Amino acid sequence: MSQAVESRTRIKSERYESGVIPYAKMGYWDPEYAIKETDLLALFRCTPQPGVDPVEAAAALAGESSTATWTVVWTDLLTACDLYRAKAYRVDPVPSAADTYFCYIAYDIDLFEEGSLANLTASIIGNIFGFKAVKALRLEDMRMPFALLKTYQGPATGCVVERERLDKFGRPLLGATVKPKLGLSGKNYGRVVFEGLKGGLDFLKDDENINSQPFMRYRERFLYSMEGVNHAACQTGEVKGHYLNATASTMEDMYERSEFCYELGSVIVMIDLVIGYTAIQTMGKWCRKRDMILHLHRAGNSTYSRQKNHGMNFRVICKWMRMSGCDHIHAGTVVGKLEGDPLMIKGFYNTLLDTKTDINLPQGLFFAQDWASLRKCVPVASGGIHCGQMHQLIDYLGDDVILQFGGGTIGHPDGIQAGATANRVALECMVLARNEGRDYVAEGPQILRDAAKTCGPLQTALDLWKDITFNYASTDTADFVETPTANV
Amino acid sequence: MKLTQGAFSFLPDLTDEQITKQIQYALNKSWAISIEYTDDPHPRNNYWEMWGLPLFDIKDPAAVLFECNMCKKAKPNYYVKLACFDNTRGTESCVLAFLVQRPAFEPGFKMVRQEVAGRQLTYTLESYAVDTKPEGDRY
Repeated sequence: MSQAVESRTRIKSERYESGVIPYAKMGYWDPEYAIKETDLLALFRCTPQPGVDPVEAAAALAGESSTATWTVVWTDLLTACDLYRAKAYRVDPVPSAADTYFCYIAYDIDLFEEGSLANLTASIIGNIFGFKAVKALRLEDMRMPFALLKTYQGPATGCVVERERLDKFGRPLLGATVKPKLGLSGKNYGRVVFEGLKGGLDFLKDDENINSQPFMRYRERFLYSMEGVNHAACQTGEVKGHYLNATASTMEDMYERSEFCYELGSVIVMIDLVIGYTAIQTMGKWCRKRDMILHLHRAGNSTYSRQKNHGMNFRVICKWMRMSGCDHIHAGTVVGKLEGDPLMIKGFYNTLLDTKTDINLPQGLFFAQDWASLRKCVPVASGGIHCGQMHQLIDYLGDDVILQFGGGTIGHPDGIQAGATANRVALECMVLARNEGRDYVAEGPQILRDAAKTCGPLQTALDLWKDITFNYASTDTADFVETPTANV
Repeated sequence: MKLTQGAFSFLPDLTDEQITKQIQYALNKSWAISIEYTDDPHPRNNYWEMWGLPLFDIKDPAAVLFECNMCKKAKPNYYVKLACFDNTRGTESCVLAFLVQRPAFEPGFKMVRQEVAGRQLTYTLESYAVDTKPEGDRY
């Protein structure tokens, strides 16, 4: 017995010999893997470093987003470790992009805490995006299993109940963001709210960066905005609202602001994406308890969602935000000033509104999934749109959407009420024409001109903005599209 | 004051021909159409009187329009609307509603502001018509 105890007890299995072995050989690659209904699936677009085998890269992603570290650890043997290993099960080259691969990975449901988006995201995007073995990485899509979705509350109110509360059916909702974003006093700010709502909008909105600055503290804004909301409701006989942005530096401050919003009788409260996943989920539950609608502004998303090769696709953010309790999320306009390929935007909208999602590769939907009765999150179309595009907006975006015309309302030469009225008349005449079975997309400009004969503000708006389009190529398009779509 | 509830209140009042086309649209989608009327148009009056049950079995737009016009005739100075219901899973709610009649004169609403603590106001919306007359005599 001259051998030391260390060498007598050393693990003999090749798999557990100390050192570095390829992830694919550690059990993170299984092309034969049979996907379970309860598995969470993720699709990454991966650009491995030159010389790195794509299968090994996929296995490394699976490993590092589940149980693996860079070396072998014997403590794995104390666990049912095969279950906890995510499995890369499929790797396809991305058409039209050299050295880039779609990597499919399956995760067992027990890798995740029930109902915690922070936990889920810490696993899936926690570590791997800085991984040296990959040059670039993008999370393209996820399939949330039914069983996991049932542990999430989902939208606090949802599209159907929101419409019932607002008593507005059969047409897109109309909104506008108060402009200028910064600098107005509370009293002047409330003026914009009142004028827009009285003119015919359903909602006005704080912008993402209007919180409680020196020029206007939040209480001042909340009080005057609610005067505008109620006064406009009185003069029109309609339910009206204003998204009061409760974003703040601490959760305590956010509670304080949201409670004030609730006490004032607002139907809706607003937060920004930058407050973080835990704070968003907290607000989702807070709103469900108080019968309030939760509006989310996607502030900051383009820093990681816009470029094709790295970051995450916006449709994944849509899924997460629907799960975490938001009732509204900005999801693109197709025709406005912000990024958006028509088919990709359609994919985002379907992700937010479907009860069941089918695979639709041109729309970038890689997985089918059942939404497990989570309510519908209403997409918001905002940014550089105007009433002259109404036929295109309804064609691309449908009925369950909030169309937000900021400059397109407040920039009207005859004032904010006139701008709001122009938008409302344009919307109603187009929905009426569509329901009548007319070819409203082709006849759109004529339908608008006809409606303008009895609505001066619409005529003025059409004359002013007739030539405004934002025609740039989209940076983010699907890579399975058979026929490319034009950016309109 | 012009009450602007419903999907088409910013347009000129709909003609029978226009109403028929909207009815046809609803029927094509297998929605059930309900005819409702009220003389209390508060924005949060959720339950207008129903002109019978929603027309679940009627597939002929002319028959729907007939009931609509019977309601208007019986309630000449009331607000009348058509509300369409979609029972598809995931919706199961009203999906289109629009006014088809409004009173000749609409006095509108009074806003009552009650000053409470901390510069807050408690707002109450009161209909002038409802305040002065009982149901049935308001418009």
